[in-house]
Amino acid sequence: MNPRLTLATAGRVLAQLRRDRRTIALVIVMPCVLLWLFKEVFAASHGVFQQLAPALLAVFPLTIMFLITSVAMVRERSSGTLERLLTTPLGKGDLMLGYGLAFGVLALVQGLAASGVALGLLGMATPASVPLLLLIAVANAVLGSALGLGVSALATSEFQAVQFMPAVILPQFLLCGLVTPTSSMAGWLDGVSRVIPLRYAVDGMSRLAHSPTVVSTVWWDLVVIAGCAVIALVVGSTTLRRTTA
Amino acid sequence: MAAIEIHQLVVRRRGNTVLDHVDLAVPQGSVTGLLGPSGSGKTTLLRVLVGAQRRQSGTVTVLGRPAGHAALRQELGYTTQAASVYTDLTALENIRYHATLHGAGRAAALDALRRVDLAGYSDRLVRAMSGGQVSRVSLACALVGRPKLLLLDEPTVGLDPVLRRDLWALFRTEADQHGTTLVVSSHVLDEAGHCDRLLLLREGRLIADDTPAGLLRATGATDLDDAFLELVTNMEVPA
Repeated sequence: MNPRLTLATAGRVLAQLRRDRRTIALVIVMPCVLLWLFKEVFAASHGVFQQLAPALLAVFPLTIMFLITSVAMVRERSSGTLERLLTTPLGKGDLMLGYGLAFGVLALVQGLAASGVALGLLGMATPASVPLLLLIAVANAVLGSALGLGVSALATSEFQAVQFMPAVILPQFLLCGLVTPTSSMAGWLDGVSRVIPLRYAVDGMSRLAHSPTVVSTVWWDLVVIAGCAVIALVVGSTTLRRTTA
Repeated sequence: MAAIEIHQLVVRRRGNTVLDHVDLAVPQGSVTGLLGPSGSGKTTLLRVLVGAQRRQSGTVTVLGRPAGHAALRQELGYTTQAASVYTDLTALENIRYHATLHGAGRAAALDALRRVDLAGYSDRLVRAMSGGQVSRVSLACALVGRPKLLLLDEPTVGLDPVLRRDLWALFRTEADQHGTTLVVSSHVLDEAGHCDRLLLLREGRLIADDTPAGLLRATGATDLDDAFLELVTNMEVPA
């Protein structure tokens, strides 16, 4: 691992993103539009938006960064650029962390836009700490990137990579406590949900939004999400093989 | 000391023997042509040298170390057959990234761009370039770290004759002025004349390891095409 090479990789990924204006627009505008739509759909029962909007601010970065990263990494693998990079002094960790950093930056911009719209235009109640809310959103983005990097090893084409999105994200979405509280699930499902990182993100966001001060549980939620992101990055980097058959 | 030494290399892939007991040595500072028809094992041999290919048996020594050794990654330049560059970056951005990976800076990147004769194209997006220009950007990414060993997989395929001549002149300069060892694969036999040494592969077996002149002498042929045919014929008739 070498910080200079990690940063060079993050810079390279960001330079590629910068050229892709449509992707940037989709990543930043889409969550805002979806939040607005969500509010309109539940216009009759205002409490629903207040209840769930904070959690959605964690779900968007996880889903979108997962999708973008898995496709970008499959592209690296199939175009030969990955094989080439692995013959250079670049460390596998530099590559993974470089991707994580670049998409973390994108997630920060997305988080700022989405929470700005939710708080400023859609009337979401002010959370106990806006910076912590953003931090959880960014941690989820890095987690999404790390999961995407890992899954890219299982996909042989961009076509397949996209199919992994419902497989990896939808179960988390169902079990995270957003659709129905985890306490009302069958015992075994509640148990399963405890190993699902999105549960902690939803929990942390909800606590931030619904208590006047930052309770310590929120910090633990953040630690769990960050820990999962690190584990996923480490597991993901083991899927990068310098030598293949 | 030889830049590359290979003893009894065997590579099998999905039950097929891709490289069959290959022995060879490549002298330092030479331009070596790795020639053979498509499917003869050229790419696999280059992948063995960069450490990307799993092998069944044999020893492979590159610049005095076993192939795939971490220290070699600083000293190798490698281009794959399909130009492995980022099409959504400019030529210079691609080369600067590789420069950074090898501890070099912007000046080295601009120099590499000039050496592949693309000085005026630094800000051009790779996806807006022609096939020949893209493969030269890929080549510049390999040159930029001033590697001791350049492994180039079919860098001249599909290029026009003028460009091919210029690239061979560049390879010659790298070897003669910088002492770089180059292994250049090609399935076009008329490129053999540019090389100091030739390695001929056919169906995973090395059928010649000689200088162009030595090959003509050994086969009694008048040109390299005939020499190659002669070798293939001899191989097929059991001695």
